[in-house]
Amino acid sequence: MTTTDWSKQLFDDLVEAGVTLFSYVPDAGNKKLIEHVSARNDTTAVLLTTEEEGVAICAGADLAGRKSVVCMQSSGVGNVPNFLSFVKGGNFPILMIVSMRGDYGEQNPWQYPMGQAVEPILTAMGVGIVKVDSLDDLRPATRAALSAVFAAGQSTAIVLTQRFLGAKQF
Amino acid sequence: MRQATLDRRDVLARIFPDPDRYLFISGLAGPARDTAGLTKDGANTFTMAGAMGAATTVGLGLALSAPDRKVAVVTGDGELLMNIGSLVTVASMAPPNLTIVCIDNGCHGETGGQTGHTSRTANLEQIAKGAGIASSTVVETEADLDKAAAFLEEMPGPRFIQVRVTDGPPTNYKRNFNMAECRIRFRTAAMNTAGG
Repeated sequence: MTTTDWSKQLFDDLVEAGVTLFSYVPDAGNKKLIEHVSARNDTTAVLLTTEEEGVAICAGADLAGRKSVVCMQSSGVGNVPNFLSFVKGGNFPILMIVSMRGDYGEQNPWQYPMGQAVEPILTAMGVGIVKVDSLDDLRPATRAALSAVFAAGQSTAIVLTQRFLGAKQF
Repeated sequence: MRQATLDRRDVLARIFPDPDRYLFISGLAGPARDTAGLTKDGANTFTMAGAMGAATTVGLGLALSAPDRKVAVVTGDGELLMNIGSLVTVASMAPPNLTIVCIDNGCHGETGGQTGHTSRTANLEQIAKGAGIASSTVVETEADLDKAAAFLEEMPGPRFIQVRVTDGPPTNYKRNFNMAECRIRFRTAAMNTAGG
């Protein structure tokens, strides 16, 4: 399955579950996904200036009963902790898609500190993690995250690892 | 820069003479108290007491998700500046149903009144304009305040109103700090009430 194909599968699974609002800071890992969002008129893409805005947008959407997801690179996880106060404090259902850097095969030393901090930060703020290491993981992980967030109210990040995405070549 | 003269406790009722028509999102501290005072902490109100900087984008998420409702964000100069890029995000999505009111007292009232950037060099209304917000204005006199409600009704959204106030205390109103309760309360009201 090509890059385009897995992004389409992920997009279709999210839309089928009722997710219609997608906010993002651009990353190679979410490029195709956002192209799918922009190609339809019943889904909305919101370009952010910084990742924590997307967490707040998820919270605001939830206040009106709309399902939303925020998409970011792993470095962006470092921008969101204070806004993740909505998770433990208010049971807001925050769904995140994190495309990893600083992970398996990374060649850029700047990416390792945040890459290694993604799990501790999300765990500290009460956000569950489902990892995608292979294409076989993607659909069950997506469905597990959707159930956790929108059925159980347990905020969750779908973490797309570099085993799955491949490491950026320099 | 002209000396601020308006008392923050008086301004929201003039800007929103009929607050029941709005869904309110308020950032932490003084603006939350002023907003809760305006609506008696009603079900159309979600106030924050943390997550500084989040109010504008919570309001954006709400405005995009409830396009038939009027949404108002009430924030402060310190809170807005903490995520000033959110004005750019709002402008680029351009929700016509969103109004942002910034109660600008030029200081950090909640933490001891320390000087803020708007008392030095920052001009929030110019920043909002520069971000591309459709309609913006400054309210700093009684005459400005008289025109504010009409601005909300007549000017295209998204709208930004910078209200320059003195550094006096916010409205004395004890609001509900239980975020989970306030979420449920707001969702129930937002989804069951007709727009207006």
